[in-house]
Amino acid sequence: MLNISGLHYRHGNRLILDDVDLQVGAGEIVCLVGPNGAGKSTLLKCVNRILSSQHASMTLDGVSLYDMSRRDLARAVAYVPQHTGSSMSLRVADMIALGRAPHRTWNSSERDRRIALDAIERLNLQALALRSYDELSGGERQRVLLARALVQQGRLLLLDEPTSDLDLYHQLEAMTAAREVADNIAGPRRSGVLIAIHDLGLAARFADRLVMLREGRVVAQGHWREVLTPRHIETVYGVSARVGSDGDIPYVIPLRAS
Amino acid sequence: MNDTVTPVSRHVLQHALRRQRRRNRLALLAGVLLLVAAMTVSGALGVQKLSLATSLRGLLAPVLPSAWLADIPAWQIGLLQQLRLPRIVMAVIAGAGLALAGVAMQGITRNPLVSPYTVGISPAAAFGASLAILSGATNAWSGPYLAVAAAFASAVSCATLVLAFSALRGVSATMLVLGGVGLTYLFSALTASVQFVATEQQLSAIVQWTFGSLNGSTWNEVAIAGGVLLLGAPLLQWHAWALNAFAAGGDDIAASLGFAVGRVRAVVTIVAVMITAAVVSFTGVIGFVGLVAPHIARLLIGGDHRWLLPFSAVVGALLVLLSDMAGRLLFAPVIIPVGIVVAYVGVPLFLHLLLSSRHKTGL
Repeated sequence: MLNISGLHYRHGNRLILDDVDLQVGAGEIVCLVGPNGAGKSTLLKCVNRILSSQHASMTLDGVSLYDMSRRDLARAVAYVPQHTGSSMSLRVADMIALGRAPHRTWNSSERDRRIALDAIERLNLQALALRSYDELSGGERQRVLLARALVQQGRLLLLDEPTSDLDLYHQLEAMTAAREVADNIAGPRRSGVLIAIHDLGLAARFADRLVMLREGRVVAQGHWREVLTPRHIETVYGVSARVGSDGDIPYVIPLRAS
Repeated sequence: MNDTVTPVSRHVLQHALRRQRRRNRLALLAGVLLLVAAMTVSGALGVQKLSLATSLRGLLAPVLPSAWLADIPAWQIGLLQQLRLPRIVMAVIAGAGLALAGVAMQGITRNPLVSPYTVGISPAAAFGASLAILSGATNAWSGPYLAVAAAFASAVSCATLVLAFSALRGVSATMLVLGGVGLTYLFSALTASVQFVATEQQLSAIVQWTFGSLNGSTWNEVAIAGGVLLLGAPLLQWHAWALNAFAAGGDDIAASLGFAVGRVRAVVTIVAVMITAAVVSFTGVIGFVGLVAPHIARLLIGGDHRWLLPFSAVVGALLVLLSDMAGRLLFAPVIIPVGIVVAYVGVPLFLHLLLSSRHKTGL
């Protein structure tokens, strides 16, 4: 699926990503964790070629991401940004329909409309569908953007802090939707999901693998039990923490800044 | 479970979306009919009043068999075809063109304050025209066409500057807007400099030009401005989805949805700029329409560019046509330039719509 090796990204003189290697398999959720400024969002943007990276090999199912046309890339990779500002009065239904943009011919087909309706129902956005996107709360907007990404039906889903503005109910809803995309409950095939996320508990619970970044470098990756050790959390975040699990459900309790 | 969401069945939602599309179609159709009605009334009114039937037939003359026009006196045909119709059609072209350029620029920069005026094109046209007037070559053999050509050339060179600027690496939409504001001041200063050295007579001609007026519109002018509009409008419509993507999240999101950001931005900007240049070169500065017609349209039917583009064009055309009608009739036989009247007509309407929908917009 997604295979990255030797990814560097430089902004001015600052090296933001430093020799990152990363794999995401089909049907797999990989969560990127790490403190602010660790390069999580930048990594997602490099994969989506919103930022142009240097000296890297990035392939999706064996095809170099650099060789794909913009449109082919958009068919293969869906991206949910952390925030978007105003939408100049676009309605929610139009916003979600935009996910079909890379697939459409010149107007939307019945099939496009059906796929958009599926996503609206999946995320319970029916009541918002005809409202203006600009009227929505931050959390509602996040769910709309996730719906747009589902509609895009890529083989790879990139989510940048998809739960940052969500309440508990919708956090679980969003992460479960990501799980469904990976497992192909509704979509055409199993997809890879790469999520940048601050909530370590949610990350540990839903991810197959965690990748911990610090100052643009991969510090640890693997199962949450290997990555979320008190020692790693101490070195990466500067916080002492207790890590445990209640049955299958992991939790992280930050104790104090050290 | 989740009490914030009223459960809505798929069928109900589908129905609501379909009703939405039908409402958009009806709104557009109603707008076009209203525009035809306004053109008819405008053709009938003036110092010489004509019947509405005569006006409508004169309006449709190119597509009607000549037998249908046989009972209209020749002077009425002449009045309609030589004086009123070119002016009316030019009003429609100018309003539609400036509104389309405004929608396109606002969408591509994702900025509701942008209009063809704010990226410097209209002031540049004014500078070109005033330079031609200053050179004194606009009378005698060249007629008014030198001013038009100079205005057009100057507007296009300003547009080239804007485009070159926007094509630079790492130039964001906000920088494009700010660059345009800079150019606006530059060309305003250049025009002011020309005015400073102009004679009394030239000064009055320059000021007259900058008012923005449809006086003396001819079929030749209609053909040129209309031709540019007919070429440009379908191109913008073709990019309606892309404009939605830009409006939805700017360059990054448009790229992640598969649009060739650089190419779309270049095409849309070139088209918007050419339409504006073609219009303002003939009419002078009609500043307000390009900013406000898109907003009025957006408040009425929402932000989906597939509908917003044609609907804005209709709103803009109505705004300019009705303003020109008011300017012609209120103090007849004195004609108040449309560039002045359009603000009097448009601002109250705009403020009313803005205030009555303040809870719905993200502005």
